[in-house]
Amino acid sequence: MPEAYQWPTSARAVVIGAGIVGNSLAYHLAQLGWSDLVLIDKGPLPNPGGSTGHASNFIFPVDHSKEMTQLTLESVRQYRDAGVFTESGGIEVARTEERMQELQRRMSSARAWGIDDVSLLTPAQVKELVPYIEESVILGGFYSPSVGIVDSLRFGTIARERAQEQGALAVFANTEVLGIDVANRRVEGIRTTRGDIETDTVVVCCGVWSPKIARMAGASIPLTPAVHQMIDVGPVPHFRDTKGVIEFPIVRDMDTNMYERQDGSGLEIGSYAHRPILHDPEEIPSNEEAALSPTELPFTEKDFQQQMEDALELIPEVLNDESVGIKYAINGLLSLTPDGLPLLGETPEVKGLWSAAAVWVKEGPGVGKAVAEWMTHGESEIDLQSSDIARFYEHQKSRKHVRSRAAEGFNKTYGIVHPAEQWESNRNVRLSPFHARERELGAAFFEAAGWERPQWYESNAKLLDEFGDRVTRREAEWDARWWSPIVNAEHLAMRERAAIFDLSAFCIFDVTGPGALETVQTVSMRQMGVADGKVVYTPVLSQRGTFKSDLTVMKLGDERFRVVTGGAHGMADLKWYADHLPADGSAQITDLTSAWTTLGLWGPRARDVLAALTNDDVSHEGFPFATCRTIEIDSLRVLASRISYVGELGWELYVPIEQGARLWDLVWEAGEPHGLVPAGIGVYGTTGRLEKCYRAFAFELDADYDVVEAGMAWGRVKTPDFVGKSAHVTHRGQDPVAVLCTLTVDDHSSRDGTKRYMLGREPVLSKRGESLLDAHGRRSYVTSAGAGPSIGKHILMSYLPPENANVGEELLVEYLGERYPVTVATNDSTPVFDPENARVRS
Amino acid sequence: MKIVVAVKRVPITGGKMVLTDDEQAIQTRHLGFTISPHEECGVEEAVRIVEAQGGEVVVLTLGPAEAEEQLRESMALGADRAIHLVSDEEWDAQATAGALVEAIRSEEPLDLLVFGNESADAGNYQVGIRVAYGLGLPVVTGLKGLAVADGRARCEQEVPGGRDVYDVPLPAVVTVKEGLNLPRYPSVPAKLRANRKAVDARAVERPAPTLEKLRLVVPEGQGKQAEILGNGPDAAPAVVDMMQKLGVV
Amino acid sequence: MNVLVLVEDDGDLSLQAVALAQTLGTTTAVRFDGTYAPAAWARDLAGRGWDALVGPGSDRGNEVLAHVAAQLDLPFAANVIEVRGDEVTRQRWGGTLLEEARVHAERKVFTSAPFAFAPAAELPHVESVTPELGDAVRVAEHLAPDTGGKVSLADAKVVVSGGRGVASSEGFAIIEELAALLEGAVGCSRVVTSAGWRPHTDQVGQTGTKVSPDLYIACGISGATQHIAGCKGAKKLLAINADPEATIFAHADYAVIGDLHEIVPAISAELRKARRT
Repeated sequence: MPEAYQWPTSARAVVIGAGIVGNSLAYHLAQLGWSDLVLIDKGPLPNPGGSTGHASNFIFPVDHSKEMTQLTLESVRQYRDAGVFTESGGIEVARTEERMQELQRRMSSARAWGIDDVSLLTPAQVKELVPYIEESVILGGFYSPSVGIVDSLRFGTIARERAQEQGALAVFANTEVLGIDVANRRVEGIRTTRGDIETDTVVVCCGVWSPKIARMAGASIPLTPAVHQMIDVGPVPHFRDTKGVIEFPIVRDMDTNMYERQDGSGLEIGSYAHRPILHDPEEIPSNEEAALSPTELPFTEKDFQQQMEDALELIPEVLNDESVGIKYAINGLLSLTPDGLPLLGETPEVKGLWSAAAVWVKEGPGVGKAVAEWMTHGESEIDLQSSDIARFYEHQKSRKHVRSRAAEGFNKTYGIVHPAEQWESNRNVRLSPFHARERELGAAFFEAAGWERPQWYESNAKLLDEFGDRVTRREAEWDARWWSPIVNAEHLAMRERAAIFDLSAFCIFDVTGPGALETVQTVSMRQMGVADGKVVYTPVLSQRGTFKSDLTVMKLGDERFRVVTGGAHGMADLKWYADHLPADGSAQITDLTSAWTTLGLWGPRARDVLAALTNDDVSHEGFPFATCRTIEIDSLRVLASRISYVGELGWELYVPIEQGARLWDLVWEAGEPHGLVPAGIGVYGTTGRLEKCYRAFAFELDADYDVVEAGMAWGRVKTPDFVGKSAHVTHRGQDPVAVLCTLTVDDHSSRDGTKRYMLGREPVLSKRGESLLDAHGRRSYVTSAGAGPSIGKHILMSYLPPENANVGEELLVEYLGERYPVTVATNDSTPVFDPENARVRS
Repeated sequence: MKIVVAVKRVPITGGKMVLTDDEQAIQTRHLGFTISPHEECGVEEAVRIVEAQGGEVVVLTLGPAEAEEQLRESMALGADRAIHLVSDEEWDAQATAGALVEAIRSEEPLDLLVFGNESADAGNYQVGIRVAYGLGLPVVTGLKGLAVADGRARCEQEVPGGRDVYDVPLPAVVTVKEGLNLPRYPSVPAKLRANRKAVDARAVERPAPTLEKLRLVVPEGQGKQAEILGNGPDAAPAVVDMMQKLGVV
Repeated sequence: MNVLVLVEDDGDLSLQAVALAQTLGTTTAVRFDGTYAPAAWARDLAGRGWDALVGPGSDRGNEVLAHVAAQLDLPFAANVIEVRGDEVTRQRWGGTLLEEARVHAERKVFTSAPFAFAPAAELPHVESVTPELGDAVRVAEHLAPDTGGKVSLADAKVVVSGGRGVASSEGFAIIEELAALLEGAVGCSRVVTSAGWRPHTDQVGQTGTKVSPDLYIACGISGATQHIAGCKGAKKLLAINADPEATIFAHADYAVIGDLHEIVPAISAELRKARRT
């Protein structure tokens, strides 16, 4: 067949997949100056037969995730610019009281992310907008007027053609990739049915086929194809006079996990309510074999029974009409990931192999732009850290994990997901050496990075009596879900005597070799040229001077630095360090996460406990704060590091994993006379650190705020160069556009008298109830929320515009539709508890 | 008016036939199924007649357990009852007709028996005719028009040069072709009603085949290498040139 | 083997039946005159002595032979393309799939698959019969077509056919225009009739009309097997499609790649131009 383009033997980059993502990415790469780009798809154009081709194509911008909302808003902007966006409005309706509360949460999230045109409607108001809805079945609705539908195929075509017109892109349809050549874990080229191409950059935008393509290179893209059923009924008498494709708002029937939208003269009804039906990426039919397309599979009627009843109940006026027939019905294929977030970025396994997969139409163009920026500048304007494909641990890439979590997450697509909600499937994969002891103590296990960690211990229920009124209870079921007042009691016990913590979920890796110092120096904001045995807590910055991570580095020797970082982002941090190793091979990284375990010991009596265990000098003078050394406890050689994330005297104690249980027992025994208690992550991750105003990555620290805004620009800027240095220096020379503050809640009383406790991500408002915006248009919202038992207050952290960032300033926080008074307690990193840090340095 | 309609479950194929490894059937892993197209029109026609004149439509199939889907599809179109002769094996036309005759006898007396002219898959062109002989009824095939009144059926067949008309007394057997009508799309309530109905399922034993399938074979492509006359509207002169050489212009 | 072949006329289908019959043995041919009454015609055939009975793969051929088989309680293999003793190869799915089967009967009843092999050069001697109809069901009336002078799809020498790519009922205007210029008929795929853009009488395919024109022009048709089953009788096939990998091209003699909405009018314009000169 004649070709518009000559087959290239080499390319600057090859994008595989011409769905919404591949097309958008090719366009944005061209805009950023890339040329000699190749776009390949094994199917025909304009519709190669992937998920984009049959997508429902509607966009609801409000999401509980800031990142996804930003990507969606950016995508909508691009769709509008291309003239393919039709605004229709959208209403999420509630059938239950619990859902009505959730709609309040949606309202709050909307405000937090800057979407103000939303409102809550009564059933009668919903019916005014959607006359064919049965209002007696609903309790209300959450209305977003800016919801709309897009022509994603058309957008993709426009994007692709623009890049072609610029001369930057050659496109080959009907071309199947057969292999990806990799040498020394770097991409060298691809092999296709039409020929080979030499390239060092390949982006997999293959939707449901992505795992298959990645496997060709020896990399993993952990998603699974899954079914989402949809039918089309018509002709609908209500739509007879419609010009165009949609005039009535789209309805999301949240409690039944379904949606109904007008599609010209018909009504499209989709469902996420059926049993999860997962498919295998290696067994998707070809374009030829499929009756409709590879991702439009035969409809399994028996899975749609309940849905037909639910739809009939909500829209009887339309569906009871026997002349309205079911004209189209498919099991549509889309991509699901274990945590429900996209898979973006360079794969950790193979350099030059990028992933842009598991992306919905509503994020496509935004993702295209962000990944193109990432590929060009090393980072993107919209923070993509929660979608970073490097985030997965090995077990999370397994077929079993991907499928079980995807199946579990599927039926929650429109679900009410509590911020602290735990997964049920595939648990107990990573158990710390302390696990048996924790079970005996009645640990309430929460999972992080696959590790089972005690959030609190039921055996500490006795502390509730001990501390009585000082332990705040929570009356409302939602506030108290996935929580226990025992957390507050453990906190008080720690501050009074001492507590031990299971910190096995730390990601630990050593940077070694002659080039180790250069590596850590480049990555870290703080000075790494320190004495052996020094422990440095440091932010890790992006080029733009905002946060990529924060972690601790222990200098164990001139050629050995041990990096310790939180489990949630450990793998992404590991890749970041690996990417910054010197090109001459003078430094290496070794992942020691599964070699070492960590026990935290903190509290006023911590030294008493430790001193009883070792002959080594653990006095304040002998073992200064922010230092580490090996001490001997019983027959264990323990790397002790004197730092604290809970603001107490104490140590992180590191031993080889197989000795962990012994360490626990030794510390436990030595701690008994001192009233040592086991304490969970409820204290370590929330109450302890909030009282000290310690910032947490992905809460206060992300790519949207810089170090000065976060109140962490302590000391001088070090002389050696580091990533983000010039931006950081600039930030230091300017007034911050926002200031991270800690606030306390003054009155928890809701209208009906129940005391309510914020959980995080609520909008912070002025006393008059207006949104607070900084000069960059960023809204103030609660980045972290939790109890401060020692100060008897509920603590919130939030970035505020400088004019509001005053100690004593009175503001409001909006939680589930009601407003509560809050006061700014600190406007820098001064803690609200033990502001002199006397305990830590005692 | 009592009408019995026979339907068959057939796969919906794409652009390519793929066989199972044992070459006994089409690989249907990714395929959907439907009522064979001629028969869908048969069900629709029967339902229309009964909607106009009162009575009952009974739908009947010989097929695997999954063929229940096609019975429910038929009931969603308006059939009242369904009989399922359950067998996982493939039956030849003669055996099929025999089983159907026996099942239909249990429904006599009836006015009309409707078959598809031939099934989309096997395409044997004979089941309806054999059943007619089995029941001693007149049969007219390949109908594109049907009108039932006063105990008679006026039947229209498309032939070269127009239509042939037959007039037969009821009860009678007819086989119909797609184009007889445009079947309705079932509504949601119709589907829900159909799904609640009971199906009369009976096990049947397949007799030894008289036309015994040995294996299926995908025919070789003619190995056609299309001659490209051009791209886009610029190809028009080359196209006309070809037409002139073919003698169609 | 004594073979009896039923012929209808001297057209291709009957000549193909003759060709098949002649591969089986000594062949005598019979043709029926008078009113069509399949049961009666079958009774006549059933009463003769033959080892194998072959009919053309036409509607009537299949019908009459099915009657014979029912009357004699014999197996009947329709659309046969080859016979090897007791084994036959016959068509399924309108010819896009083949079945090899064994006939368990001494006397064989076959119809020949249309267009599957070369027709005999000429008819042998044909016995004309006007059978007794008795009370057999028969044609009561013949209606002439109400086509308003349009060429019938089944008879057309040229068929211009549109599929999903035409995209709407209005889109068929350019198809009709080209068909008119070529004095041909308009056809369409099943997708088109299901969408209500064209009546079923225009449908070409396994369950529509099977056509055998000199030239079949497939515009925006992907080439699903059930459609191919309807147009493989065409002498030549020109496919016009924007997707160079569309399945239809594997069945085409000629190809034009691109948007049919531009190409079809261009061909019409070129035809008009050619006519003026």
